[in-house]
Amino acid sequence: MRLLSRKVMRNTHGQDSSYFLGWEEYEKNRYDHVNNPKGIIQMGLAENQLSFDLLESWLAKNPDAAGFRRNGQFIFRELALFQDYHGLPDFKKALVDFMAEIRGNKVSFDPNRVVLTAGATSANETLMFCLAEAGDAFLLPTPYYPGFDRDLKWRTGVEIVPIQCTSSNGFRITESALEEAYRLAHKRNLRVKGVLVTNPSNPLGTTMSLDELNLLLDFITEKEIHLISDEIYSGTVFSSPGFVSIMEIMKDRKLENSEVFNRVHIVYSLSKDLGLPGFRVGAIYSNDNMVVDAATKMSSFGLVSSQTQYLLSEMLSDKKFTKNYILENHKRLKQRQRMLISGLEKAAVSCLKSNAGLFCWVDMRRLLSSDTFEAEMELWKRIVYEVKLNISPGSSCHCTEPGWFRVCFANMSEDTLKVAMRRLKVFVESISPIRSQSNHQALKNTRRRWSLTNWVFRLSFHDDRELEER
Amino acid sequence: MAVKNRKQQLLSGIATNDGHGENSPYFHGWDAYERNRFHPTQNPNGVIQMGLAENQLCFDLMEKWIKENPKAICTPEGVNEFKGIALFDDYHGLMGFREAVAKFMGKVRGNRVTFDPERIVMSGGATGANETIMFCLADPGDAFLVPSPYDPGFDRDLGWRTRAQIVPVNCSSSNDFRLTRAAVQEAYEKALESNINVKGLLLTNPSNPLGTTLERETLKALVTFVNEKNIHLVCDEIYSATTFTPSRFVSVAEVMQEVEHCNPDLIHIIYSLSKDLGLPGFRVGIVYSYNDAVVSCARKMSSFGLVSSQSQHFLAALLSDEEFIDNFLSESSKRLENRYRFLTEGLEKVGVSYVESDAGLFFWMDLRPLLMKQTFDAELELWRVIVDDVKLNISPGYSFHVSEPGWFRVCFANMDNETVEVALNRIQEFVQTRNGTTEASP
Repeated sequence: MRLLSRKVMRNTHGQDSSYFLGWEEYEKNRYDHVNNPKGIIQMGLAENQLSFDLLESWLAKNPDAAGFRRNGQFIFRELALFQDYHGLPDFKKALVDFMAEIRGNKVSFDPNRVVLTAGATSANETLMFCLAEAGDAFLLPTPYYPGFDRDLKWRTGVEIVPIQCTSSNGFRITESALEEAYRLAHKRNLRVKGVLVTNPSNPLGTTMSLDELNLLLDFITEKEIHLISDEIYSGTVFSSPGFVSIMEIMKDRKLENSEVFNRVHIVYSLSKDLGLPGFRVGAIYSNDNMVVDAATKMSSFGLVSSQTQYLLSEMLSDKKFTKNYILENHKRLKQRQRMLISGLEKAAVSCLKSNAGLFCWVDMRRLLSSDTFEAEMELWKRIVYEVKLNISPGSSCHCTEPGWFRVCFANMSEDTLKVAMRRLKVFVESISPIRSQSNHQALKNTRRRWSLTNWVFRLSFHDDRELEER
Repeated sequence: MAVKNRKQQLLSGIATNDGHGENSPYFHGWDAYERNRFHPTQNPNGVIQMGLAENQLCFDLMEKWIKENPKAICTPEGVNEFKGIALFDDYHGLMGFREAVAKFMGKVRGNRVTFDPERIVMSGGATGANETIMFCLADPGDAFLVPSPYDPGFDRDLGWRTRAQIVPVNCSSSNDFRLTRAAVQEAYEKALESNINVKGLLLTNPSNPLGTTLERETLKALVTFVNEKNIHLVCDEIYSATTFTPSRFVSVAEVMQEVEHCNPDLIHIIYSLSKDLGLPGFRVGIVYSYNDAVVSCARKMSSFGLVSSQSQHFLAALLSDEEFIDNFLSESSKRLENRYRFLTEGLEKVGVSYVESDAGLFFWMDLRPLLMKQTFDAELELWRVIVDDVKLNISPGYSFHVSEPGWFRVCFANMDNETVEVALNRIQEFVQTRNGTTEASP
């Protein structure tokens, strides 16, 4: 008899993918400008480290919030005992107000429709458990966050079927791509339960257009399926065209009393906007009572620490703070993105035009020895081991075209970013001349220096069929 | 009806079934309490909550410690550490936190065993830990043997989303509900005959709801049993520090060293700080496995329920203060035992018996003599009287899947001294009145 469950034995958690392997290399040889200036610079981590001073100064001025006190009185006991899965009412109120503020107060949210979870990781998995089961599938536009393979599929048994997006139109979702994905799911005998999008997108860093949002609404209305909008980067939109939430579209189209209204669910988190991934604060927002009810019960498996709920309820209730934070955060992200783009330009590398997120979607197609994922892996390995930058290859995000990389910019100091860009420039200049030679020569040169190892193909998030299709 | 069915189809089976277990009377009693909470001065006729297994006896000690250790929380003194903590979402957990938990677990076991911080895996409370271990050890349809009576939450934690099943090993009052190897063997064989794939045995030691600890010889016999059958042993030891003194608690960590050829890959411990330290709000669950593959898998799964780094940081500091912890553990044991003795001695005075225990935040009370009939319907009826008229929310044995009616779990650590006295008076009065009106049961 098999001793352990199938979940342990298989690798469907997806953590053998290059996305995670790059991190391992970084862990072994971390860049430090003083102690290890030749180390690997981490550019694969979508963290927001730009605005901690604002949080710290708030904490210094409001010692009660982290000190288990309210108006100077100790409330340790109350917090220590609070494990109600409905969450701290003050915190949920503060959270929905913050969410509304991020959306320019064009929509409002009902705190009773919020389910708190231990991070967006837990929120996404919980929604899957509520909406789908083994034999079902959710459609996701590619490229998408590598963690979804674990969060949506691993323990739930639900499948992901990709909606192929390409650079031909800036990776926007098209009607034909949606229909094609739907057809593909049926061919695989999977019942489509919904579509999940990340808006703003990870890894693209773009906000969804009105066309896309309307297209999605029409699609899920017609097919009578769900739409999950993962809006964890909603507070990182720093330039136009600005962020439009699916909630806003439904409001504009007066869909509040329609059936489709109950099939749209939002996932949120404070890990990206506030830069607090360690605190594990995620949320599901749904207009469907049954979903709220089921998800609330499931949240027992991953509640938010009451200590953290209290601290954040105090912080987010401070409207003066939140207003200033949102604006300042935008400013700094915008400036940092500009810095990355300008550094890339100096290296003659372009990226997708983006207005949000903590990363850019960088186009390195012209640096590939061939238009293949093998070549992308080759290039990626060189960038990690030679250039010593950990960036994320597009294949780990299930991108259909080789040569794209996600490069993060908000998790390091300005100086470190400058060092990274200098290294990249030197590297690109060194290989670009090779690229202008014949393909044969290029292939010979690069192959002489790097031979593929088997582990590159052990990307367990691809099943055999997908490799064939490519 | 058609609309509801279509809606149910839009959601998963899990979302629409009763697997969460929250329709049981265990949870309904809480409604009565919520609507009419006892307060010594503001609502002296309200319902006293005796259905909540919380440890509220030592908060004064904690509060004093916090005042003396401002750096443990993000005060102006500790703010420079804020960024590092806020960013830390590594599922290995803060090293200081893991080391402190490992040391604490060792201390609770009299330092007779040590725990490896590398095997400490976080989860969303014991609730999350129990579900995670099931995901690691059982496939849908697989079963775990669980001695009854057992925690009502197990139906949800072990079986709801995992789709694993619980096969109860019924313990009876004939031997004070003590678990025997023979009973486990019988349940195991019967399950196999029904083509049920038994993957392991899950014990809660100290027991919820009994408050009893397993004897060393019994635990040894069970460790031997699982090794013979090559099935897992999961020991939920979340009440390990709620033992009275002297502690008779023996952990599976100790016993496995005494059993020859014990395969460590079969042994797993579930832990939490919710009961021993009285901190359920901070959601600290721990999966501790001697099986490397399980540690690795559980750790990846912990992404779904990591402990807030803010809480990890605080608890690392608290648990590392050895002097404080030593004092806390000894004070807590003392206070829990005093509560237990006060109530049980008071009950003895009116002829109510109970299962003698040496741990836990509750005891198992025998109200069989008060039942109109020895049936679960009669038990439920008696329970409604106790909740609605006597105004005590105690938990009926039925909700713990016990095999015989008439038993109730009474929690005693979640209220102050004044309230306990009121509660005892109410029970005593009720029993004396009821004895006058009930016929002796056969």
